[in-house]
Amino acid sequence: MDVNKNSYTFGFAAIMVIIVAALLSSAAIGLKPFQDRNIELEKKQNILSSVGIEIDRDGAEELYSQYIKSELVLNNKGEEIEGSAFDIDLGTEVKKEADAQLLPLFISEVDGKTRYIIPLRGKGLWGPIWGFISLEDDLNKVYGAVFDHKGETPGLGSEINKAFFQDAFAGKAIFEGDNFTSITVIKGGAPEGDMHGVDAISGGTITSDGVTDMLLERLTMYLPYFNKMKPAIEVEQLMAEMDSVVTVNDSITQ
Amino acid sequence: MSKDSLFSKKNMKLLSDPLNDNNPITVQVLGICSALAITVQLKPAIVMAISVMVVLSVANVLISLLRNLIPSRIRIIVQLVVIAALVILVDQVLKAFVYDVSKELSVFVGLIITNCIIMGRLEAFALGNTPGKAFLDGLGNSFGYGIILIIVAFFRELLGSGTLFGFPVLESLGVYELGYENNGMMILPPMALITLGVVIWIQRIKNSKLVESK
Repeated sequence: MDVNKNSYTFGFAAIMVIIVAALLSSAAIGLKPFQDRNIELEKKQNILSSVGIEIDRDGAEELYSQYIKSELVLNNKGEEIEGSAFDIDLGTEVKKEADAQLLPLFISEVDGKTRYIIPLRGKGLWGPIWGFISLEDDLNKVYGAVFDHKGETPGLGSEINKAFFQDAFAGKAIFEGDNFTSITVIKGGAPEGDMHGVDAISGGTITSDGVTDMLLERLTMYLPYFNKMKPAIEVEQLMAEMDSVVTVNDSITQ
Repeated sequence: MSKDSLFSKKNMKLLSDPLNDNNPITVQVLGICSALAITVQLKPAIVMAISVMVVLSVANVLISLLRNLIPSRIRIIVQLVVIAALVILVDQVLKAFVYDVSKELSVFVGLIITNCIIMGRLEAFALGNTPGKAFLDGLGNSFGYGIILIIVAFFRELLGSGTLFGFPVLESLGVYELGYENNGMMILPPMALITLGVVIWIQRIKNSKLVESK
């Protein structure tokens, strides 16, 4: 057989392509459930981690259903709409117009404390960065944050997924009085006692700025919801305070 | 053709040659790009070496099996298709079963396709040799590639981050108390090139065969 004939060459190429295509597509379809499962568990793991629950991927499933009380989908007017918050792909949402975006919100209850978890998505230096930030029940103080990235520079920008960077967000506030300030990642270090700033990563300025932009953009989208919720929360807090005043009074009279 | 066993002395040279005298990185200067990119830490370097080993050995055997069937005019395309298919398979399997490692390697698994060592071995060896020999050649060359990766990654992680496999070696040895500080340069690409240069330099001091006569 002459392997250098034109017809043979074409035939060989065609058969090879069909075999390879069949092989790869069946591998992709066969492995997809395993891959999707990994991605789903990792997301649950990250959501839990933002409210301070560290668990390996295998245990995430169980704890997720235990701690995450509700999953909401909001529009940018702060109204609740139909949909599955967990399945929303923020990567495609952030590309839409602001009023067409679906905003997922997760509400967790850990040790009797309600915390609001907001998924984040933004741009780093080389590719997308994402994460979750959790707010205390006053919708102001940050309880925790986790970040991750696709391909930031190893040892520099990639450090945003390390604890030393993420831990700095805990206890910060996204409002100054009634004004929304977000949280800024500050090159050269945040001043001592700054409630709205954290230290940037040396050598990772563009990634750090990306985190700032991401927080500002994503949190801004939720402002209508925050404003709607705040009066209710304030009334609740007032009630709680009055309760304690009453108890104090009680103890005085006794 | 002589019928010598797969593990004859001649065949064993296929395994040992690429480790030193004919190392794909330090002597043939192939596969430099990945050697520079993923040697910041030891763990990804080792996983990369294993992935290349799987891809190169299997591709070598496949091409060697097909060597009398491949039309010579499209042989490079055939080689590329075989490599690309294997790399995608490896990537998919890593994503499904060792998700953390696949995240760590990110784009670099895909870049195995562009690793010149693999196409170089297919073109230079597998097309003209039996599958057994091609397998040994693939194994030998990926060992040669892997060992350089691991040497470079060892020094870059140790001097750049003070750790090995993420374990803080220098801290537990108390080196920092003597005033030592991690060299941030080591985790940047230029120092990968310089470290590799030093490895080549040392190899040439030890191995006089590699030094060109004046």
